[in-house]
Amino acid sequence: MGKRSIIPYGPQHPVLPEPIHIDLVIEDERIIEAIPSVGFIHRGLESLVDKRDFNQLVYVVERTCGICSFQHGMGYCEAVESVFGVEIPDRAKFLRTIWSEMSRIHSHLLWLGLLADGFGYENLFYQCWRIRERVLDLIELTTGGRVIFSVNKIGGVLKDIPEDQLRHILSELDAIEADLNVIKKTFIEDYTVQSRLRGIGILTREQAHDLGCAGPVARASGIKADMRKRGYDAYPHLDFEPIVSNAGDSYARCYCRLMEVFQSIDLIRQAIGKIPGESDLSVAIKGNPDGEAFFRCEQPRGEAVYYVKGSGKTFLDRFRVRTPTFANLPGLCEMLAGAELSDVGLLVITIDPCISCTER
Amino acid sequence: MANIKRSPWLLHYDGSSCNGCDIEVLACLTPVYDAERFGVMNTGDPMQADILLITGGINTQNQEVVKQLYDQMPRPKVVCAVGVCACTGGVFKDCYNILGGADTVIPVDIYVPGCAARPQAIIDGIVQAVELFQKRSEEHDALVKNKGKEAS
Repeated sequence: MGKRSIIPYGPQHPVLPEPIHIDLVIEDERIIEAIPSVGFIHRGLESLVDKRDFNQLVYVVERTCGICSFQHGMGYCEAVESVFGVEIPDRAKFLRTIWSEMSRIHSHLLWLGLLADGFGYENLFYQCWRIRERVLDLIELTTGGRVIFSVNKIGGVLKDIPEDQLRHILSELDAIEADLNVIKKTFIEDYTVQSRLRGIGILTREQAHDLGCAGPVARASGIKADMRKRGYDAYPHLDFEPIVSNAGDSYARCYCRLMEVFQSIDLIRQAIGKIPGESDLSVAIKGNPDGEAFFRCEQPRGEAVYYVKGSGKTFLDRFRVRTPTFANLPGLCEMLAGAELSDVGLLVITIDPCISCTER
Repeated sequence: MANIKRSPWLLHYDGSSCNGCDIEVLACLTPVYDAERFGVMNTGDPMQADILLITGGINTQNQEVVKQLYDQMPRPKVVCAVGVCACTGGVFKDCYNILGGADTVIPVDIYVPGCAARPQAIIDGIVQAVELFQKRSEEHDALVKNKGKEAS
């Protein structure tokens, strides 16, 4: 039995892209307990419902997080749309699906890069980010923005993707897939990567279920939970199965996210194949929202829940978002307990923390 | 840029940004934009940093952290506020927990606009910061030299 000591980790730390503070209670080199404390990026975004009307709030909600900004805007819009009881045009649904999947690809590639940096493969990190730039170019081509592309509005979308751009997306996707196949080999087969990830930070199916983990963290522990299967937007028309792994370790989480990039490429191809012809991109909204609604969608990091409540005024009464990282933090503390001190950086990365979302 | 003699090191801190500017700062350091060709290097240690890139506004929780980071950096130092939130508070200015831009707690030299700031804009900010750092370190050297003369 060694001496117990507490190591503060963060908020500013070389491996952390974002500030989070964790107190690590260690005994020799082994972690006994991890106590997170958050709030460094809390802005009070939800309180802006008093100051921005429900149309302006779309642009605020998009800035909940810069990585999954599209899905935040989309989730909020769909929640308000269901308060109004309107159905958006089919083409807008497909466009939202295409942009959602593009954000998923760029988010997962970003994460794969950070993971590679976490286990010391700097070149792999740069390769991931190089491929990610191709996706960002596609996003910039179709929307005009790189990370925050305000194309959602309540009742539909603001921009269309013309036929020639859709063809360009398809040809770019082929190139991206070819690039991905090269890095996939390293992530899946490399001996060093495996020795660094296999068996590290195991979260069993029961633990993941009891702690309410979401997204790839839950799927890597064998829980077949994917909100896209709930069938919003164009997903009922697309053919896919959630990617599940049963190992529950860091390698499984890496595998799930890597395979989801390929899945997203496939989904974009399917969506472009089935997209209906050019039509209106939005439906007109009359009056103010009156009532409340929930909307659940699958973000790159897992399930996000949006809640809006309005009472016939231009300003909403309440807006609330439950983000996936918030659901995954208890899982992270469970993983950290019993881990080696040197694996902490890697384990924090494997849940793909998005602190900006969590603290808003 | 022609007569840059030193290679300043960058420290990036995420104030209370939405991540949009942070990933663009990181994108700047990756092959497509590669800000490191200007002689800068990304570091995680404030004690070794010369240029602080700060994204996001200041809130009640992180103001001490930002002050502390700034104080830990050796002189001369340059602060570059990246993104509209770090400049003024941006879209979150009216939030109850946001005190304002980065200049509410530390002196900011260079303001990079944009939501999210584009990599080109960030690189422009970095280049200006490098030039300013060069100027300041020359002034600093002269000051140290004079002080040495006075002492002897």
